[in-house]
Order: sequence, then structure tokens, then C-alpha cells
Amino acid sequence: MKSLTFTRCMFWFGILFLYLPMVVLIIYSFNAGRNVQVWAGFSTHWYAEVLRDRQLIAALWRSLRVAFFSATAAMLLGLLASIAIIRMKRFRGRGLLSGMVTAPLVMPDVIIGVSLLMLFVSLQQAIGWPAGRGLNTVFIAHTTFCVAYSTVVISSRLRELDESLEEAAQDLGATPVATFFLVTLPIIWPALLSAWLLSFTLSLDDVVIASFVTGPGATTLPIEVFSSVRLGVSPKINALATMIILAVSLVAFTSWYVTRRIDIRNRRLQVQYLKEAE
Amino acid sequence: MSDTAAAQPSEIRTRQRVKKDAMMSIEQVSKEFDGTYAVDSVSLEIYSGEIFALLGASGSGKSTLLRMLAGFEQPTSGRIRLDGEDLTGMPPYKRPINMMFQSYALFPHMTVEQNLAFGLRQDRLPRHEIKSRVARMLDMVQMSKYARRKPHQLSGGQRQRVALARSLAKQPKMLLLDEPMGALDKKLRTRMQLEVVDILESVGVTCVMVTHDQEEAMTMADRIAIMDEGRIEQIGSPIDVYESPKNRMVAEFIGSVNIIPAHIEADEEDHMVLSAADLPVPIYIGHGVSSGIDDRDMLFAIRPEKTILCTEKPDGEYNWAQGTVSDIAYLGGHSVYHVRLDSGLVVQTVLANTERRTPRPTWEDVVWVSWDSDSGVVLRN
Amino acid sequence: MRRIDLSRIPGARWGIISSPYLWMLLFFLLPFAIVARISVAEAQFSIPPYSALFNWAADRLTIEISFANFQWLMEDDTYFRAYWQSIRIAFYSTLMCIAIGYPVAYTIAKAPPSVQPTLLLLILLPSWTSFLIRVYAWMGLLSNRGLINQALVGLGITDGPIQMLNTNFAVYVGVVYAYLPFMILPLYANLVKHDNTLLEAASDLGARKIITFLRITLPLSKNGLIAGSMLVFIPVVGEYVIPELLGGRQTLMIGKVLWQEFFNNRDWPMAGALALVMILILLVPILIFMRVQQKELEGRR
Repeated sequence: MKSLTFTRCMFWFGILFLYLPMVVLIIYSFNAGRNVQVWAGFSTHWYAEVLRDRQLIAALWRSLRVAFFSATAAMLLGLLASIAIIRMKRFRGRGLLSGMVTAPLVMPDVIIGVSLLMLFVSLQQAIGWPAGRGLNTVFIAHTTFCVAYSTVVISSRLRELDESLEEAAQDLGATPVATFFLVTLPIIWPALLSAWLLSFTLSLDDVVIASFVTGPGATTLPIEVFSSVRLGVSPKINALATMIILAVSLVAFTSWYVTRRIDIRNRRLQVQYLKEAE
Repeated sequence: MSDTAAAQPSEIRTRQRVKKDAMMSIEQVSKEFDGTYAVDSVSLEIYSGEIFALLGASGSGKSTLLRMLAGFEQPTSGRIRLDGEDLTGMPPYKRPINMMFQSYALFPHMTVEQNLAFGLRQDRLPRHEIKSRVARMLDMVQMSKYARRKPHQLSGGQRQRVALARSLAKQPKMLLLDEPMGALDKKLRTRMQLEVVDILESVGVTCVMVTHDQEEAMTMADRIAIMDEGRIEQIGSPIDVYESPKNRMVAEFIGSVNIIPAHIEADEEDHMVLSAADLPVPIYIGHGVSSGIDDRDMLFAIRPEKTILCTEKPDGEYNWAQGTVSDIAYLGGHSVYHVRLDSGLVVQTVLANTERRTPRPTWEDVVWVSWDSDSGVVLRN
Repeated sequence: MRRIDLSRIPGARWGIISSPYLWMLLFFLLPFAIVARISVAEAQFSIPPYSALFNWAADRLTIEISFANFQWLMEDDTYFRAYWQSIRIAFYSTLMCIAIGYPVAYTIAKAPPSVQPTLLLLILLPSWTSFLIRVYAWMGLLSNRGLINQALVGLGITDGPIQMLNTNFAVYVGVVYAYLPFMILPLYANLVKHDNTLLEAASDLGARKIITFLRITLPLSKNGLIAGSMLVFIPVVGEYVIPELLGGRQTLMIGKVLWQEFFNNRDWPMAGALALVMILILLVPILIFMRVQQKELEGRR
């Protein structure tokens, strides 16, 4: 039992370590004073400041747009890569493909950023495309590293999927394309959704890669935040951070709650049906 | 040679509906995976209306052969014909063949009804036709009550019925069953075997099944093909393969058998005599095999239930052996005795427990095992 | 009525494989070749700010390859110290992540299946919020007038504030905080698959709990441990944001040096050379990670 209490303690210590900074940050976002460290009474003043900041809101909008398109592209490419790796068992260069979708998971951001920028510049010199750097190059960069995450999520679901379901559909007369849309897709869509969500948040979060590949007038939200954070702690950033934390928690909590409800309902029905069957 | 040795009637179990015309012919079909042959030039014919079982251990190639019939694998060489039409190279969704999967492969996101309608929808049948056919199939497998349920809300037996109904809904020319009882527990298995056969007979569909369970094959099938290492060892009715196994592999795979090395001393038209080093007296068999081959070293195979266990020395100069009881397995209806002969060879014999608690031979007792002149078969070594 | 059967169109299979293939070749693999090519150029004031590889002048093609950057890299010990410190910080952070992450992953994996998703959510929720914000949160906590120092002084433990922000200590705290989920997730995914009967068998055979853990659980979780360690170690070696925000003058990490060469000095060839050397240093860990991950990805056992 001794080791059990030890791991328990470590677990709660871990939780505390994870949440304490967030909690402090949220509390101080309601600080009325300009000085972050000295409590000067409750106020939502800084939230109004954030919402009034045109530059910040524009950057947020740009980030959301890039994240939306990158997540969608990464999800589709990840789906194709997963099908290729999991279902088309033998083709030349399969090892290279699975290597290329694995390596970005660990590749340091500065390397991805610097190498992509150098690629864009060289391409522009050689063939004139991409004409300049901006949101389009950020989109390409984000899609590239998100493909890796999205492939990991989708392929693990696809591998669990009983292949005989797809065989059964074909056996009953469905062409491979019909099989994909009638059987495979309806079963694996939760994985596609989580791949999309993961890519979306990763794209929204990235500061280093975007700093390298972006161009004038295409500052994303993290770049904006980073440049002001470098100057030190500010209550306005606290307010912005709290809003982001709140938004993320809301999405996460809703999805957790919904899946839990479905889970509980299914289990209850199962018990009921099994009783009937007896 | 043992074909002639078997004089048993082989058509007892063949049902009325089986016509002896080949509906499917499998011609010299082979399948190679990375240099090894999973299926090695198999040729056989499936008669229309019969239930045909491919029986073998795992890795014997039976599942690969079935998957080639369904179209999931392409043969490396050979042809598969159905009603004269060449199926080789035809994708699964164009074949008039349906399959019931071992895992049932019911679509988890569809209700029972939608599962049954899936194949019919692919054929673009009119809506009312689909509806009435689904209702009929549900009725046939007694699942009408459960039409709106999802597969995970059904019990194992119910899932199997849905899977069966789904594979029959398109009225295929041929039905394939992959380990049909594999996912059921033993009690349910026996019941479902007979139920499935009843349904298949009422539909009258030609059926090929794959199983590793000999009892299942013998209960359900009209004919059985025994496969080993990608080859077919023997094809015949359940009685054929049990009573007249062609070789040692078949004899040992189906049921249990005592194998005794023996040497042919005499081989006449109406009898033969063999000597065995393990037995104190020669073996006498009531028919000849007229082998005419030089190799006279054979195997004598006899099933435990065809031997008689007695506590006194039998009369006669043939067909008995003496030993001590080394092991007893009491199985309720009968007991299996392991008798160690003086040579050290252990033979199995069966004692029916017809009476309650009568004195029986027990461990280390000296006993005799004997058999009739037509109880065993001679196999080539 | 004949339907269009895409699988009969010979391009369908090719199309599925080639679109992710070409994308990754063009935007992931090709850039490394470009980096290698620029790293042997010379910095100059032009657009782009590096010399051309091929020169065509007076009917003569000259190829200019300059190894000056790499020579410079060898001679100036700032770079060497930056690489070395990055590796050291990454290594110790990985160890700390294991020390904290393993018990957490173990506790979740051993919890009743019904509460596991909730515990997992609890662990992962912070990591879904912005990486930047998580690092930023520590700036406020660790600063001289931050909560921790206020508490220390207020309780009378120290006389004045202890310098914590802009030290290597802060970098360690930030790295462990930001990368802990990357350790916990693969470990949990591995531990939750373990067959409980193995542990029962071990204790049935007389092994004590600690022995069971060391001889059964730990060896079986090897792949999760490797994957988690690589997911922490490799990116941390190239980390930029954390040393920039939490580190101080003495924090010399290669990601930061590369950033400065690129943005402050506009020395692209030098940045290219630094990136190339970093890739070479990380090649072995990356290959180890890819092997473990590929086994997972392709479902080989």
C-alpha cells in the first residue's frame, strides 16, 4: 500500500503544479491596478481594454482563419496518409511516408520555421511562387506540422477499425468508394473531429514557426501576444489569457460532458437489453 | 488404396436437395504469400444445394481459400468458376456470393433493419421491395422485435442471426460462412448449429463454411474437405472421413485414434494379416487391400470406441493386446482408458458406462483390449 | 444502371498515396536540402541575404561553397556552449518529466475505467490552452515581486526576494510545466494496455509490489517511456520561447542563438548552419522516436 499512497501524492502534486499558475493568472486578471503584482481591488477593466484593442482583435481574426483552413487541410491530408499507411499495406516508399508524418511531432519549431522560410524564399526566386509571405505561407507551414498530429490521431482509430466491416460492405455490393462513405467514415468521424480540433488548437498556439514564415501585415495573435509578453507581465495579457483559457475549457468540458452522457446512456441501455434477453 | 478398404455407405447423410452438379468449380487454385503457399493447387467442386465444410487447423489455408471465393484475395494461379462464369479477378462487390463473417461484422452505426437493407440498397432495389424483403428476413430469423436496435444492444446469438439474415438478404447464389459458431459459447453453439442448418435448408442456398471444429463440420455439413498445409487431404461425407480416413493426418485430425505400425504378412482378396511388434498376436482384417506395392510396412488405425476392454484374456489368435491401465478419464457417459501395452505403447479404449457403480478395471489392473476384424483401417505409412 | 467505380480508375490508389506524400516531400523534406544549401553560402546585404550557389560570369560557371560558417561554429565556443547547455537542460528536464509524469500516468491507468477520461481531461486541459500563456503564467509567479517571493518574504523565510525569473531554474520549471503532458500521454497510452493478470501472476509467484513494478511494469512500458522522453527531449533542445521569456543572461540555448542570428543579425547562412548541426545532433534521437512511433503507426507487434 505504501507505493500506492506515494503515487497518489505525486498525482495530486502534479495536478497542483499544472493548475496553480493558471489560477493565479486568472485571479490577477481581475486586478484593478496597473501593477500586476499588487492587488488593488476587483475590476473587469482589463477585459474591456482587450476588447477595445483593434490590433489584437484583427490578429485574433487572422489566427482563427489560418487555424480553420490549416486544420481542415491537415485533417484531409492526415486521413489520406492514414488510409495509405494502414490500409494500403504494400507500396514503395511506405516507410518514408510514415517517417515524414512522424518526424514533425518532435522536430523543434525553430528548425521547421527556418527551413520552411528558406524554402519559400528559394521557391520565390526560382519559380516566383509563393509571391510573398503572409497568411498563405503560415497556412502551408501550419498544415505541414499539423498533418503529423492529425495522422497519429486518425491512423490509430483506423487501425482499431475491424477490417471485416469494410469487407462485409464490399461483400454486400458496395464499391470501395461507397464503402468508405457508408461504413468507414460514419465510424471514424469522431477521430476526424478530434484531429481537426487538435490541429486547430496547435495552429492557434504557434508562435515560433509563424514568426519565421509570416510577412508584413499578417501578424497572428500569438505573435502579437509574444511581442508584448517579452516586455514583461501586464494585466491586459492576463485578461486575454483568461479569456483563452475560458474558451478552451468550455469546449473541452462540453465535449467531455457529451461523450460521458452518451457513454452512461449506452451502458444503461445495454444492461436493460441484456436483462430482457435473459 | 483405402478407398476400396472402405465399404461403408457414404451417401447416408446427403440430403435430398443436393443435386450432383457442380455449381462452383475451383481449379488448381494457389495463393502465395511471401514465398510460402497458403493454398497449394486446390481443386474441388461444390454441388448446388449442399453445405460444404472446409475443415482444418489454423494456418491450414482454409480461410485463405474462403477469402478467395469471396474475392478478398486474388489467387496467385488457378481459376474459380460459378455456374460456368469465371469469377477470378472479379471484385467482391460484383460477385453473387455473400459471406457471414466470424466477427459478424455488423455495422455498428446502423440498426438491425439498416444492416439487412444495406446490400439491397447497393442493388438499388425499389424502397417497398427492400422493406418487404427485410421484414421477411427478420421474420425468418425471428428478430422482428429487434429491428430498431443497434448491434451492440444484442446478445451473441441474436447478432449471429442478424448476420445470417444480412448475408441471405440478397439471395446469393452461394453463402460463405467463416467460423460461423466461433464467437459463441459451447451451449449456444450446439443449438445454433441446428438452427442455422434449418434456415439454410429452408432457403436452399449452396453454402461453403470454414471451421476448425470437427463436431461443427460433422453436424452441419453434407461434405467435408480436410485441409492441411494448403492442400486438401480428403473430401467426403462426415461418415467417409471419419470411418475411412485416407491417411494418418486425417485419421488423427478427426476424433482420436490408435495408430500401430504393422507389417503386411498376407494380402488376399477376402482378408489380410498384419504383424505388429507392439502386439502379442497378429492383426486380422476381413478384407484385402490388394496393394501390389513393395512397401509392406503400414499403419493400423483403430478408433478407441471400436475396441473392447475386458478383464479376461480373449479367445482367438488374432486382434487383441494385453496391458495395464495407466490412466482413466471418467466422462459420464463413457470412460476413456489408457492402456500401456507390454511394448510400452499406450492405446486408448472406451468403456460405456451403461450401469451405475459396477466394478470396473482400475489403475494398474491387467486388462485386455480386443477388436473385430472390420473395425480398423490400414493406412500407408 | 452502371455506377462509376472509382477503384477501377487506376489513379485512385495513386492519388490517395501521393497527395500527402508530395505535400510532405515538398514542405518537410525539401526544406532541409535548402537549409543545407544556404548554410554553405555567405551572408551579404541583398535580397535574399545570401550569396548564390552558381555564378555565371565570363563564360564560366563557378560553384561557390563556403564552409566558413561551419568553421566559425567550431571556433567560437559560444555556439559550442549553447549546444551543450541545450542538451543538458533537455536531458535533466526529461528526467524530471519522467519523475513526475510516470506516477501520474500510472495513477490514471490504474484508476477505474469510468473515471479515467475525467482524470485525463484534468491533466490535459492546461495543455490545450496556449503554450505561450502557460509559460507567461510563470513569469508572474516567479518574478521578484511575484507571488512566490511575496509569500517567502511575508512568511519571513527570506529577508529579500530571491532571483528566480531569468535564471536556469525558471527555464527548468517552464520546460517541465509545458512538456509534462507530452510525457504523460504516451506513458498512459502504454500503461493502460497492460494486462492486469501479469501483475497478479507476479504477486502470485511471490514478488513484492516494488519487485513487480521493477520487473514487470517498467520493462513493459519501455516503448511509452522512450516515446515520451523523445517527445520532451528533442523539442526542448531547440526550444526558443521558454529561454527567451524565463531564462536569463547565462541561459544560452541554441534555439535562442539561432533566432538571434536570423532576426537580429540577419545572418541566414549562419542560421542555416546552426539548424543543420542541430538536426545532425538530434538525428539519432529522432530516428529512435520514429522507430518506436512507426511500430505504433503501422501496428506491427
